[in-house]
Amino acid sequence: MLRFIVRRLLQLIPTLGGLSILLFVWLQRLPGGPEYALLPDDATDEQRQALRRSLGLDEPLMVQYLSFLRRILQGDLGTSLQTSRPVMDEFFLRFPATFELGVTAMIIAVTIGLPLGYLAARKRGGVLDFAAVGGSLLGICTPVFFLAFILKVVFAEGLGLFPSAFRLSPGLGRTDITGFFVLDGVMTREWDVVWDALAHLILPGLALASIPLAVITRMTRASVLEVMGEDYVRTANAKGLHRTTVRTRHVLRNALLPVVTAMGLLAGSLFAGAVLTESVFAFPGIGSFVYVATQERDYPVLTGFILLIATMYVFINLLVDISYSLLDPRVRAQ
Amino acid sequence: MPTTPSSQSDEKIPFHQRKAAKVDRLAELMGDRGDDGHGAGIWREAFARMRRSPMAITGAVIVAVFIVVALFSPLIAPYSPTSQAWGNEVFPNRNEFVGPRGENWLGLDHLGRDMFSRMVIGARQTLMVGVVATLVGFLFGALLGGTAGACSVLGGRWGRQVDNVVMRVIDMMLALPTLLLAVTVAALVGPSLTTVMLAVGIAQIPIFARLLRGAMISQGNREYVLAAQAMGVRKRKIALTHILPNSMGPVIVQSTLTLATAIIDAAALSYLGLGNPDANFPEWGTMLSEAQRFLSSAPSLAVYPALGIIITALGFTLLGESLREALDPKLRK
Amino acid sequence: MFTKSSRKPLGLVAVAASLTLVATACAESDRDTAGGDEQPFVFGAPGDITALDPFLASDGETFRYSRQVFETLLDHESGGSEIVGGLAETWEQSEDGTVWTFNLREGVTFHDGDELTAEVVCANFDRWFNLTGAYQSSNNSYYWQTIFGGFAENDEDYAPPEPRFVGCDAEDELTAVIEVSEYSSIFPGGFSLAAFGIMSPTTLEAMEGQEITGEEGNPSLPEYSQVAGTVAGTGPFTVEEWNQDQAEVTLSRFDDYWGDPAGFETMILRAIPDETARRQALEAGDIHGYDLVAPADVAPLQDAGFQVPTRDVFNVLYLAYQQENEALAELEVREALSHAVNRQRIVDTILPEGGEVATQFHPDTLDGWSPDVRTFDYDPDKARDMLADAGHEDLELEFCYPTEVTRPYMPAPKDIFDVISEDLQEVGVTVQPTAYEWAEYINQTDSGNCPLYLLGWTGDYNDAYNFIGTWFSGPMGAWGLDDEELFERMEEVSTNPDADERIAGYQELNEMVMEVLPGLPISSSPPSIAFSADVEPPNVSPLTQEVFAEGSWK
Repeated sequence: MLRFIVRRLLQLIPTLGGLSILLFVWLQRLPGGPEYALLPDDATDEQRQALRRSLGLDEPLMVQYLSFLRRILQGDLGTSLQTSRPVMDEFFLRFPATFELGVTAMIIAVTIGLPLGYLAARKRGGVLDFAAVGGSLLGICTPVFFLAFILKVVFAEGLGLFPSAFRLSPGLGRTDITGFFVLDGVMTREWDVVWDALAHLILPGLALASIPLAVITRMTRASVLEVMGEDYVRTANAKGLHRTTVRTRHVLRNALLPVVTAMGLLAGSLFAGAVLTESVFAFPGIGSFVYVATQERDYPVLTGFILLIATMYVFINLLVDISYSLLDPRVRAQ
Repeated sequence: MPTTPSSQSDEKIPFHQRKAAKVDRLAELMGDRGDDGHGAGIWREAFARMRRSPMAITGAVIVAVFIVVALFSPLIAPYSPTSQAWGNEVFPNRNEFVGPRGENWLGLDHLGRDMFSRMVIGARQTLMVGVVATLVGFLFGALLGGTAGACSVLGGRWGRQVDNVVMRVIDMMLALPTLLLAVTVAALVGPSLTTVMLAVGIAQIPIFARLLRGAMISQGNREYVLAAQAMGVRKRKIALTHILPNSMGPVIVQSTLTLATAIIDAAALSYLGLGNPDANFPEWGTMLSEAQRFLSSAPSLAVYPALGIIITALGFTLLGESLREALDPKLRK
Repeated sequence: MFTKSSRKPLGLVAVAASLTLVATACAESDRDTAGGDEQPFVFGAPGDITALDPFLASDGETFRYSRQVFETLLDHESGGSEIVGGLAETWEQSEDGTVWTFNLREGVTFHDGDELTAEVVCANFDRWFNLTGAYQSSNNSYYWQTIFGGFAENDEDYAPPEPRFVGCDAEDELTAVIEVSEYSSIFPGGFSLAAFGIMSPTTLEAMEGQEITGEEGNPSLPEYSQVAGTVAGTGPFTVEEWNQDQAEVTLSRFDDYWGDPAGFETMILRAIPDETARRQALEAGDIHGYDLVAPADVAPLQDAGFQVPTRDVFNVLYLAYQQENEALAELEVREALSHAVNRQRIVDTILPEGGEVATQFHPDTLDGWSPDVRTFDYDPDKARDMLADAGHEDLELEFCYPTEVTRPYMPAPKDIFDVISEDLQEVGVTVQPTAYEWAEYINQTDSGNCPLYLLGWTGDYNDAYNFIGTWFSGPMGAWGLDDEELFERMEEVSTNPDADERIAGYQELNEMVMEVLPGLPISSSPPSIAFSADVEPPNVSPLTQEVFAEGSWK
């Protein structure tokens, strides 16, 4: 197991190295530089050139990349051009927001998707099955930003049930320990903060959950259907095992394997969905920051964030594989 | 989209590429069944099965209507989609819009243009974005995946090295969130219709590449390939005339599904301001993102293009999914 | 969260639970209840601030914050664009306009208890003048370089311009004299720029030695500009906290303020980049006011009981004719195009109420506006004929517009672009639309790559030069205009220290510009600002420089 993990971590190095070169060359080729985004409209050409030079952007690309590499080996991703704060700090300042949002979305997707998919498979061809399949297809086919918008118009603007923006109501003092608002609230027993933070997570969480929910529902359904047709289930039933036993130990457990795998993948893709959801809900997370960085040509932030996101993606999937091998002895044997 | 946890072709693939594994599984399913060597039988069988599936019929009808509207849009649209002939009747700054009426079946948009004509012409643009994006993903993906697959099957030790390198590149692309990839591509080229098509297409390359490679490797182990090799047929000929045609099935299924994804992703890019700047060619994604700000005062402006996108994407998804199901022996019941 | 049936992971759950318990036991709530009982006033801004020290900034959001906390020598009248005393009650300029004497207000205290004296004012100016290293980057001292030029010792790495600032002298306790090397019409307006907010001596001392660090290309702003606690001004609000992770700045009322105390006990500025999201946040009650209201939202908001006071116009939007394009170099073509655009329709249907068609390159609220400029009526037939006469029946032109921005002078750029390009197509011009993101848009238009494009300007201070001087004081890639006569006259007028002569000169210049027709002024539009019904809003400012201390709860 340990060797497996180490090997996987080593595989990470060439991937990230290649990615960094790719990103570096690619991003530097973006038209329009930070000297246009950062200075006011009436800045003169001299001022813009001076800024470009002082940011080291007039150096040959190779020189820039080498100094980037040297820094990265020291654990330094540079500083953001928009805020002049270290990229690493910016990432971890915003990471808790996106993480909380992603976890909320996954919880929504799993708690609804698993039972729904399972029930749909059990009652194949029934009304519930039809609704589950139809609903999940609809979920996949609806643009996330539009769904987010509709949710906001209906539940925040119209009914006033949930807040329409931010992570926390302005002016609500809180004790900062980890940056995860819900966790901090629980730890310090500031229950109003917990409640408020959760209320802010519901709508963006729902919007972000639409695709994972649809995928999990459909995968669970397909997977349960497949497992129910397997010989060992038939055998178990024939043996006269209790129905609950068969369902939990044989059907569910085996059917869950591919679903768990999919969850890892989905978790990775949540980052992309977060770009849209966070901008609609003015949710101060990684997604909205990356989007602004693209517009401002904030190269260090773009390079750094994309590398960090890619790393996390790989790590999430490593975790998935580990949990996978815990669930499935056959994988362990390999 | 079922995934069996362990299958022979999975062994070589690092576990973290599960998106890939899912894709490979489809490839393998296709490959496993080429008993007649040419696959025509499966297709005939699959179509017969699809004719009885309500899902497939719904999808096919939606897609057919969409394509007909798109192809003949200049004939269907009563007015020019850009003509602001009614520009003096609409006041977005005073919240005054014109709804459906005899002259304009779906009302006017925020600049006094005929909404119906824009929707119809928009269908054509949307179809074009979907098709071109899919083609970009398909062609480049197939080129990468085909090279890797062919090298892996026929190239011996040297070929496996090539395969390895190509797959590393593809893994790298897979690790990048697709929308982020698309956003940077779009920023690189500047907002335009070409940009959207390129950005969405490029994001699909790794999926197509993996799919084709998986299918080719699985074909590579079949008797007819060994037989051809034994008979001394040239390797390039084997790859091009035997393996490749037999591996196209999963790629075709994926293309149908990608059409749906491409349309939705294109809308997302438009929402982020990277869409088509040319008002002469309205496209549903751009229309939706432009109209979204009027959602509370004139919801229909946003709802029409949104429905257009959702229904069309649904059509392609239904068609693709039922095709996939029809081809998958395990789901045949 | 955990189902009962999962047996194996139970161990994990137990570990996690006990960890949480341990953590819970350790954590103490340290929330301060300083906020008081009154609810905070929350304002939705389009972006976060970039630094707590406005000197380092060049963006409107930082200045919006800093105007509440710091004060400048001169100010603009509340709700207007007239220059009035700020920290200086009165001021005088010498005959040649190079020596400026400021008589400071008495009894002004800083947030940290220090007293305002002429020496403090000079210490501030001396600090700015003597800054070194990365402070001299145009990104970190933009407005200093624009108004006062370079520094005591210019650092070649950052290539600042020649200094225009000569020195500051504290003549007595409350009289500060600032000398500049040459007169320019940017004075006295320059003294009112928010970047030059005066800070307390204690602050200056604490800032001493704090440098912009980091190796080349990776500047890191000093601590004092990032964490609240160091900077102290004289304004009606003090900085309580800057929460970067939520893009939120908290200000509280300064009780010893020399003027009327702030109406709100606490004010919070929070960033909501998306225009629609700001409106929705106001409607949902999450914020109590926001800026840059989309014109389309004004009516619905008013109908729903929100207050949307209208600012006076202080901006201009124009369609530029880049004359490196062969066709556009012909005056007749430019005239024809100017007749082709239905500007009235843009004002009637797209711009907010109070917007008007512009006849020249600055709003009529500004001295120097001329009633006698050449005007261009909407007349597509005439335009078509003129194009035919010029031999350009099938003219093809590239037309650029920016995506993903709204500017106060240009709400909904795409809509305005669509209307104009349709107008141009009507008279037979084939338009090639090109869209750029803002950063690239400025680059392309500045380099002269866009024959037709939309751009505009919101004034920083009350002088016509701030508008026409920005564009027509020399050859620029943006215009491709080469008119020595115009440039010379501009130079002559703008350096004339006599205000009346200068205004007459500006009128004449405006007439000249419209004869040359480097572009078509389209509109001046009032950028709207919205407040919830329970707020007594502050006076709205044409310069978008609201003093929120004037506002209060109803």
